[in-house]
Amino acid sequence: MPSLFQQIKSGQLWDFHGGIHPPARKKLTSQVAIGQISLPERLYIPLRQHIGVAGKLLVKAGDTVLKGQALTAADNAMAIPVHAPTSGKVLSIEAYPSAHPSALPEPTLVLEPDGLEQWRPRHALDYLHTERPHLLARIQQAGIAGMGGAGFPTHIKSGASTGVDYLIINAVECEPYITADDVLMQHEASTIVRGIDILCKLLNPKAVLIGIEDDKPLAITAMQQACAGKADYLVRVVPAKYPSGGEKQLIKLLTSKEVPNGRRPLDIGIVMQNVGTVFAIAQAVEEDIPLISRIVTVVGQTLQHSQNIRALIGTPVGALLDACGFAPEPQQRVIMGGPMMGFTLPTLQIPLVKTTNCIIAPTRHELPAAGPEMDCIRCGACAEVCPAVLLPQQLVWYAKAKDYDQLKAHNLADCIECGACAYVCPSEIPLVQYYRVAKAEIRELAREELKAEQAKARFEARKERLERDKQQRAERNQALAAQRQSMLAEQQKQQILAAQQRQEQQPQETLSKEQIIAERERKKAEARAYQAAKAEQAEGSPAATAETPAADPRAAAVAAAIARAKAKKQADAVAHEPTPADSAPAEAAPATTAAQPDAETDPRKAAVAAAIARAKAKKQAETASPEPTPAESAPVAPAAQPESDTDPRKAAVAAAIARAKAKKLAEQAAATDTSAPDQTNPDQTAPVESAPEVAVPEATPDTTAPDPAAAKKAAIAAAIARAKAKQQSKPTEPEQPS
Amino acid sequence: MSFRIASSPHHHSLAQTPALMRTVALAALPGIAAQLYFFGYAVLIQIVLAMLTAWASEAAMLKLRGKPVLVRLKDHSALVTGLLLAIAIPAVAPWWIVVLGTAFAIVVVKQLYGGLGHNLFNPAMAAYVLLLISYPQQMTSWLPPTQLQHHAVTGADPICLVFSGYSCQGFSVAQIKADVDGKTMATALDTLRNDLTAGKTVTESLQQPVFDSYAGLGWSWINLGFLLGGLFLLQRRVIQWRIPVALLGSLTLLSLLAWLADSDRFASPLFHLFSGGTMLAAFFIATDPVSASTTTKGRLIYGALIGALVFVIRSFGGYPDGWAFAVMLANLSVPLIDAYTKPRAYGHRPGI
Repeated sequence: MPSLFQQIKSGQLWDFHGGIHPPARKKLTSQVAIGQISLPERLYIPLRQHIGVAGKLLVKAGDTVLKGQALTAADNAMAIPVHAPTSGKVLSIEAYPSAHPSALPEPTLVLEPDGLEQWRPRHALDYLHTERPHLLARIQQAGIAGMGGAGFPTHIKSGASTGVDYLIINAVECEPYITADDVLMQHEASTIVRGIDILCKLLNPKAVLIGIEDDKPLAITAMQQACAGKADYLVRVVPAKYPSGGEKQLIKLLTSKEVPNGRRPLDIGIVMQNVGTVFAIAQAVEEDIPLISRIVTVVGQTLQHSQNIRALIGTPVGALLDACGFAPEPQQRVIMGGPMMGFTLPTLQIPLVKTTNCIIAPTRHELPAAGPEMDCIRCGACAEVCPAVLLPQQLVWYAKAKDYDQLKAHNLADCIECGACAYVCPSEIPLVQYYRVAKAEIRELAREELKAEQAKARFEARKERLERDKQQRAERNQALAAQRQSMLAEQQKQQILAAQQRQEQQPQETLSKEQIIAERERKKAEARAYQAAKAEQAEGSPAATAETPAADPRAAAVAAAIARAKAKKQADAVAHEPTPADSAPAEAAPATTAAQPDAETDPRKAAVAAAIARAKAKKQAETASPEPTPAESAPVAPAAQPESDTDPRKAAVAAAIARAKAKKLAEQAAATDTSAPDQTNPDQTAPVESAPEVAVPEATPDTTAPDPAAAKKAAIAAAIARAKAKQQSKPTEPEQPS
Repeated sequence: MSFRIASSPHHHSLAQTPALMRTVALAALPGIAAQLYFFGYAVLIQIVLAMLTAWASEAAMLKLRGKPVLVRLKDHSALVTGLLLAIAIPAVAPWWIVVLGTAFAIVVVKQLYGGLGHNLFNPAMAAYVLLLISYPQQMTSWLPPTQLQHHAVTGADPICLVFSGYSCQGFSVAQIKADVDGKTMATALDTLRNDLTAGKTVTESLQQPVFDSYAGLGWSWINLGFLLGGLFLLQRRVIQWRIPVALLGSLTLLSLLAWLADSDRFASPLFHLFSGGTMLAAFFIATDPVSASTTTKGRLIYGALIGALVFVIRSFGGYPDGWAFAVMLANLSVPLIDAYTKPRAYGHRPGI
């Protein structure tokens, strides 16, 4: 039993499943001389013409470029540049219909040739004395991508460092009509062989297999002559059958090997290159000619003369057709690529790209359009011809039913979309189209599944976080409640003590001035102590503060609201009596209210107190004895009030009120153009600091602000203050949510 | 100007379902000609009746289902169904038998399952089974070949028989079937079966006038006719070789083994191959792609299963011939066969 290598060496061929024999129609162009066309007026060069990413743009509109000058730079492995096919001026870089079945616009450089054909400086390389990385870099910089149709970056395929047994040169060209590779081999066989030499230096394979279909006798002879004396270069003549030029099919045909599902040919020691690509490699290395032109078959019965044309990349299809005497019929089809796998063009503006090997402009009679789709009769003709050994009749059934599991089980992903099944289908079912749609849907589904999974993970993380926050809040609230209760008890004790003292002191009919001052001082001290305690509390649980920002801003907002309310009251007083000095007595009123929360059970009382305060303020204003503003009294109020506002609901209400007010103020401000915005902003973005610190600076400027709308504001503020007083007067049991 | 947008491939082999169906009808001609020769032109009346019924019921059902009537009618699948049923039933069966059968085949077996391509059972065979079970007398009213007829069926007799049940002279089908001695003559398979039941050996039975040298008189020619048509279909690639070859192969093999074991009790493989509806079933009925297995391996199994079932029914069952039952049972196993004979796709070989 000879080894596989011996079998291959001896010229044995294998066969792959299925395949069809459509009329080849290659004689139309295979022996016609390669044509040239005059420079088109504009060249449209898509920035990305391969599988991968576009390079970085190097030129801008208005630049003058030389022939062969790189227009983009390959800044990573999957990028390959595009070059100016001729010298001229860059007109623009814009979205332009692409050479893709969708014809969706893509960034394209528009070049106006100057007709001078001025080359950039070129540097030929001697591949024998060039390092491997340099050769690969040259291939990449020359912008070479697989020219058989897929457009995979050639330098990546050629850069495989180990374990290449066979280098296969794909010169099969199995699709009907196309003869671009055929004529290339007829005319450039020696250059192609030099390209193979370069690839052999890069890949070091055991043997090179050059697969050519038996309907290209001239090309076969030319290649055999060019390969004479190269023992390892084996020209393999394969029987004409579509799609023997498919990568996997040709591998099976020449080596009996199958590329395992989901792997690459390199995994079984095979690298395949299209013969056009090999030619481009030779040109790039030996003459430093980047990939700026290619041979394209322009064929069809609507053309006066079908031929192969060596055309510049970026030439509009219309220019190519016109050069061949294009006389379109109504509802003309123009196909880019072969009749089996090519795609129709919606417009002739679409440019020739690196992967375009054929343009067909057939008559209706030549390539009749598919008739109406009929029901599948399960004749199985499709399964007989499928080169991937699938069951197209079952796949189309499942594709119509959107049964994605069965589609996967029937290996839809292995479909190479060669079109053999649709070609033989007696019911003229567009099978390939169904598979394309199903594949796209499966891809979309997978994307959605991934998205759903991520969303689920996000949701669960959020749920966990909320749960954790809730727990932490509860713990903190418990701790706070305990502290507050102990403090309350202390307070009560002190109050009782104070009451007893007062009772003891009552008999003494008049209090001395010193005593009153002392009493005031004591109360102030109390308030300060309480404030300090509060600040300590806030600092005591810094972690909680950081993790639950929701609680603190609320407190801050509440405090701010209160401060504003108070400020409004002061402003009220100011409005009645526009003397800034009056603020001091006005402040005294809220201070008292706040300092004696126990006594305040009646909202009316609060109102009365406020009225008295105002009256007093007026009186004082009349006497015009300005007192310095005791800043301490301001913080007292907000400090005391949050105590009763720890109820989240209350806090929320207060916050809502504050917001509403802020809005109103903003509206008024908008109307009157005042300093109101200054107020609203700090309200909404109240920092997470202890309440009094925020409140004080806010309250102070407020009082002195010469607000034209102050009267209105003051009225609102008074109403809010009343509401707040009411709230405070509510029974205290909801204060402790724990 | 606007260009026509189409999805690849842009080329088509021009093999189309209507053409395939026409070829099938064409290929049935030699067999029909032999029937005509041995059993008179009644078979033509049946074919015309069946085709008209098939066409009418298909059109009515398409209309009811809101499908484009004319487009679908043009696939000719209904006509082929009617044709096959008309060939399969006795030529002088009453007219309503073929009308009922065809209507059932099209309306219930085909259209109610979703139309062409969706039916689980072969419509012609399902209808045949319905008729055979419901109207056994009419469905076994095969006349002896014209050469053996005591009361010759001539002139307008076939028309009278089909539409009234009596010949123009007033003989009933039963009377025409009787031989000179007044004994009822049946088909070769019926005769053999009755003889074997009566204790005769195969060799003794074959002495009877309904047999020629190795199979039923006339029936061997009819089978040859259908064989010829089948080979034509193979040559035109309308059918593939797997089902007929597997079917005939398994039938031959089993009957050969049985015959070698006991040639008195079992008929020869040749008798099996050229009696009853063997060739018609092998090339025209079992190859109906819709209800057959769709994988290459599965088709071998499917054909072999039918062949084996026919042998078993013929040799041990209650009916003299068993094509319809065999095909329907095999139809039932198709989803299972398909599921287990999925081909190994490229690159899915284990261990590579």
